[in-house]
Amino acid sequence: MVESATGCATRDDPLMKYFALKMLFGDVAKFYGILLGLTFASLLISQQSAIFVGLMSRTVGFIRDTGQADLWIIDPDKLYVDDQKPLRDTEVDRVRSVTGVAWAVPLFKGLLSAKLPSGERETCDVIGIDDATLIGGPPKVLEGSVADLRNPDAIMIDNASRGRKLALPAGLAPGDVMLDFDPNDPAAKRRPMGLGDVLELNERRAVVVGIVETTPTFQSQPVIYTTYARAKQYAPANRRTASLVLVKALSGVEPKELAKRIEAETGLLAFTPDDFSWRTISYWVSQTGIPINFGIAIGLGFLVGVAIAGQMFYNFTLDNLKYFGAMKAMGASTRRLLVMVALQAFVAAVLGLGIGLGITCMFGLSVPGNRLAFRMLWHIPVMTAGAVTIICVGSALLSMIRVVRLDPAEVFKT
Amino acid sequence: MSPAAGTRDDDVAIRLTDVTKTFGKGDSAVPALRGATLEARYGESTFLVGPSGCGKTTLISIVAGLLHRDGGAMSVLGTDLGSLSRGQLTRWRSENVGFIFQAFNLIPQLTVAENVSVPLVIRGVRRREALRKAAAILDAVGLGGRERSRPNKLSGGQQQRVAIARSLVHDPRILVCDEPTSALDASVGWKVMQQIAAVSQHPDRAVLVVTHDERIFPFAHRIAHMDDGRIKRVDQQSHQPLHAGAGAPEDPFR
Ligand SMILES: Nc1ncnc2c1ncn2[C@@H]1O[C@H](COP(=O)(O)OP(=O)(O)O)[C@@H](O)[C@H]1O
Ligand SMILES: [Mg+2]
Repeated sequence: MVESATGCATRDDPLMKYFALKMLFGDVAKFYGILLGLTFASLLISQQSAIFVGLMSRTVGFIRDTGQADLWIIDPDKLYVDDQKPLRDTEVDRVRSVTGVAWAVPLFKGLLSAKLPSGERETCDVIGIDDATLIGGPPKVLEGSVADLRNPDAIMIDNASRGRKLALPAGLAPGDVMLDFDPNDPAAKRRPMGLGDVLELNERRAVVVGIVETTPTFQSQPVIYTTYARAKQYAPANRRTASLVLVKALSGVEPKELAKRIEAETGLLAFTPDDFSWRTISYWVSQTGIPINFGIAIGLGFLVGVAIAGQMFYNFTLDNLKYFGAMKAMGASTRRLLVMVALQAFVAAVLGLGIGLGITCMFGLSVPGNRLAFRMLWHIPVMTAGAVTIICVGSALLSMIRVVRLDPAEVFKT
Repeated sequence: MSPAAGTRDDDVAIRLTDVTKTFGKGDSAVPALRGATLEARYGESTFLVGPSGCGKTTLISIVAGLLHRDGGAMSVLGTDLGSLSRGQLTRWRSENVGFIFQAFNLIPQLTVAENVSVPLVIRGVRRREALRKAAAILDAVGLGGRERSRPNKLSGGQQQRVAIARSLVHDPRILVCDEPTSALDASVGWKVMQQIAAVSQHPDRAVLVVTHDERIFPFAHRIAHMDDGRIKRVDQQSHQPLHAGAGAPEDPFR
């Protein structure tokens, strides 16, 4: 009651707030230090998080690319999409016989070594789709058509790799082989692999009949689409089996219900695309060092924020204590001074966060999607804002304690 | 400046009787005031002088409502400050007291005029009005035209004049100055004191100046000599003290 009457004539106190901001912006060295710290922390936290999310979503890119299936059927030991836990071909028929299944097709997916016409070797992610239906094919075909996979030795390659890992010597005509190519010669000119080019998979011919677009894989290997039967021939003898079975539910059949039935009748695991994605991501999160590495980078960003911005904000308040003390003596209530400190912290937080997130987004927009894994979810700015809030609220509270404890009688002490 | 809201039965603005103040407790207790008795009148400058540590700052802090006394009786502008709550005291200070500090305590990021306007802003005066009053009083202390300067662009003497303007901009009825000249060269100090005397003189205002700078004594109406937490004696100046209205005062350091 009394406090509200303490020389606080205007309720929202615009001039004291104006003075607070002028004090903040006017202390150029400290202001830019605080801003730099908060910007750097926001940048590091949000950018590392976005790359982490980008990488994690790459591990499930294939699941998203293969959109036709309602359910993914895998061996119970299979932990993630590329885990090599093959299924026997008879399992496909068992799945097919479960009530409610519209169709069930086998899919081969595995890393195989390809020999390029230049003599170079490249590990490729080979996907073999059902010969009869061609279900499980690429999300987008740029040149040729999926039906061309029915041609002898036909494969389709992904667009991002044709000019990079699959690039060929510039002078090489389609179908030719170059025996004296030196891949380490920096002057060697290259051209993108294209239709008609021939490579070898497990000593068997593979002719490029199409160019497709896929989500980049985790390790950015080239992606090769072919038929299921041909993929088994390209694979080494011990891996000539299905990797998984894609299932479509009859219309009106709830996929989750169907999944339970398939699991009960076959002893395999059945997942919706979302659940299979989560199983894959959980594997990467729990079984690899990737989250720890990103966690360290993100934690470092937070510590930088605390060490630079938090500490500098506190010092800024310490510098101002004598002025706050003078204002207290002159009749400003503690509450009004605390509002000044809170406003200073808030404005610094908003500016630092905004610039940091802005730089992260510009970074994300400027790097082409297939070059660097980068994926912005709404959770990331929220989390970054949370971290910046903790830094600023923490240092503001410490600063406020000093302002509360400030004895106005100290103004006469020099 | 309206007449006092409280009782003002005479021309005494500040009356202290046997005021005591001790800092700390037990073995580390420091008695700063051991029964100080003092009267300060409206329209007068009362100087508090005495050796370092004798309790001068403590005494003016109590008078200005920054510290509570431990014992004795006190009336400032007719009010017993000991009876006010913390919030009431804060408000009382904002309305009644002007401060001049040894270290000027001007906020470097604000302009001169904004610094001067702080006591008005604290009282909730609007910006335009506050800046207008600030400009007027800056003019009075000879700093007209410097409203938009930054304090650290000014000399020490000019900065203290800004502080003088700030201490008086809200027309306080008490002005307390703690060692206002001790951070300044002798000659500058003289001019600053001259300035304080010139602009603070008002029949409804009591001025308290703590100093150990004997050279500025000519500006006092009364000089209260303090020692060991007590007022030993009060000398009334035989002559009219110096101020701007009393003819051109002489600067002995010129
Ligand atoms: N906040 C405090 N805590 C403890 N002792 C204090 C405090 N303020 C002043 N004192 C002591 O009280 C005595 C009087 O101090 P002060 O009023 O500042 O003297 P002066 O202003 O005359 O130099 C000194 O001994 C000083 O050390
Ligand atoms: Mg002192």
